[in-house]
This record gives sequence, structure tokens and C-alpha cells, in this order.
Amino acid sequence: MQTNDKLVIGGHEFNSRFILGSGKYSMDLIEAAVKDAGAEIITLAVRRANTKEHESILDYIPKNVTLLPNTSGARTAEEAVRIARLARELGCGDFVKIEIMRDTKYLLPDNQETIKATEILAKEGFVVMPYMYPDLNTARDLVNAGAASVMPLASPIGSNKGLATREFIQILIDEIDLPIIVDAGIGRPSQACEAMEMGAAAVMANTALATAGDLPMMAAAFRQAIEAGRKAYLSGLGRVLSRGASASDPLTGFLRD
Amino acid sequence: MVKVNGDYFNIAGKTLAEYLDTTSYDCKRIAVEHNGEIVPKIQYSQTVLHDDDSIEIVSFVGGG
Repeated sequence: MQTNDKLVIGGHEFNSRFILGSGKYSMDLIEAAVKDAGAEIITLAVRRANTKEHESILDYIPKNVTLLPNTSGARTAEEAVRIARLARELGCGDFVKIEIMRDTKYLLPDNQETIKATEILAKEGFVVMPYMYPDLNTARDLVNAGAASVMPLASPIGSNKGLATREFIQILIDEIDLPIIVDAGIGRPSQACEAMEMGAAAVMANTALATAGDLPMMAAAFRQAIEAGRKAYLSGLGRVLSRGASASDPLTGFLRD
Repeated sequence: MVKVNGDYFNIAGKTLAEYLDTTSYDCKRIAVEHNGEIVPKIQYSQTVLHDDDSIEIVSFVGGG
């Protein structure tokens, strides 16, 4: 792998291309997950604090990891902006993953509201990473609004169904001059690898790990798959024949005649 | 009464800092909104709570 192959988001450099979610599993597993994933970015949510639990998830996250708070729970741009500002007030940096959903069945993002929130938060100095339905026009609007990356969904959140939107993510990779980070729905390392082979800048996964039998081992499997896919992309994939075959062996010197 | 995270408390007249002292919130790990405006930590002791005020206290949890 090229040693200078960095993921750059809003001027910040990362070696890892695996963004780790922290939802739906025990805080005790976070340290092992981060280590085995080799992750340098971890997502968090903002919720009403309670006085009953005295442990903070922040105590379980290694200090060198960049925190990426999301705006989950937001139904409008206004609500997302409010959550983002509260996240920044929590004092762990300027990164925010915008997540705005009106739909509670499929949890699909509202692209229009996402563009509005991106514009407001980028002007306020946030490193804005919008989660979106893969649509080229929306992605262009997000670029113009000041996004630091674009995070198209592979399939519905938590579904583990893989790259249902493959062709449309490929269009974003080909046309958008920002890191395209495939988020949501990636269920297996092979799917993460495929996204990276396509030229995605990074992959985000949460449920694939949280619902796996052995979470840290699956984190390691994703890490290897993402690194393999990246290497394949950088090396340039071999061509596909439209028909016929092409021998791998010399076509001379056969033991006959 | 003052609404804190959706529940009502008889804490009008106290400052935000005085109220938080009576609770077990970890002040290093929370952010506070007072009537929709974020209160910087440095202003907790100057923020007086009034009847019908609304307070939101948030923290980070696991998420994707």
C-alpha cells in the first residue's frame, strides 16, 4: 500500500478507511472493536443525559480516535443543526454526520433537508459529513453547500443487505470530487471490499458488527476487506471480457503432434 | 416549575449550577440548552432558572 495513501476529510488526514459505529453493543467491546478495526473515526449519537448511568461512552474510546457525532433523531434541518451544536458543545471536536429522517419504516434520509443543514453547519465551521440517498444532483448540492465528504447509503440502515444502490454510488464516486464514504446497510466484509474496489474512500459499519457472533473478530475481518478493496482499487482492476476466454497459459509448445 | 428533559422540577430561582449540584449528572460530559439556547459551561453559575423555563441536558451515547 502506498504510505501516502491518506483519507482526507476537511483537511484532517486518516490512515484507516473504516469508520466504526458504536451503537447497539456493549461499551466494554468498544476498545477491542476500535483496536481490531484499526479505526480512527467512531460515530456517536447525542441523547438526553440520564442520572442513572454514571459511565460515559467517552471513557471507553481511545483518546486518539476522532469522534463523529451524528444527528440521529432529527426530522428537519433545524433539528439537525440543533443537535450538531449540542454535540460541539460536548467538547469533542467539529465533526458531524448529518442524519435527517422523516421516514421511520425504512429510515431513509431526507436529501433536501440534509442539504439545508449542511449549508448552515459548514458556515459555522463544522466538518460536515452528510448521510444521503445516493443521488448525483443532491451530491452536487452538498458539495456546493460545503460538505467535507458525502455518505451515500448502500441499503437501509441496519439491514445488512449490502450494495443495493451500487450503480448510483458508482456515479457519485466517478463524478464527485469529495471522499465518498459508503454508509448504512453494509453487512459483510465482502460488500465493504466491493465498495472499496469501486473507489469508495471509506466504509462505515455498525450493525454488521453489532449483530455478528464475535464483534472484534468481525471488526478485524472488515478491516482486512477494506484494505484489500483499497489495494485492488489503487492497483487497477483487471479487465472483464465481454465474451469468450483468454488463456493464462502459453498457446505454444503443446505436447501433441 | 422548570421542565428538565421532559420532566418538571420545582427549581425556579436556582441557578443552573445550583440545580446541577443537586443531581448526579457528570458536568464534564453534558451539554445544556436553556430555552433553546446552548449554555456554555462558564455561564452555568450565572444562569437563573425561572418558572416555565425548559432545560435540555444531553450527552453522547453509542450510535451509528
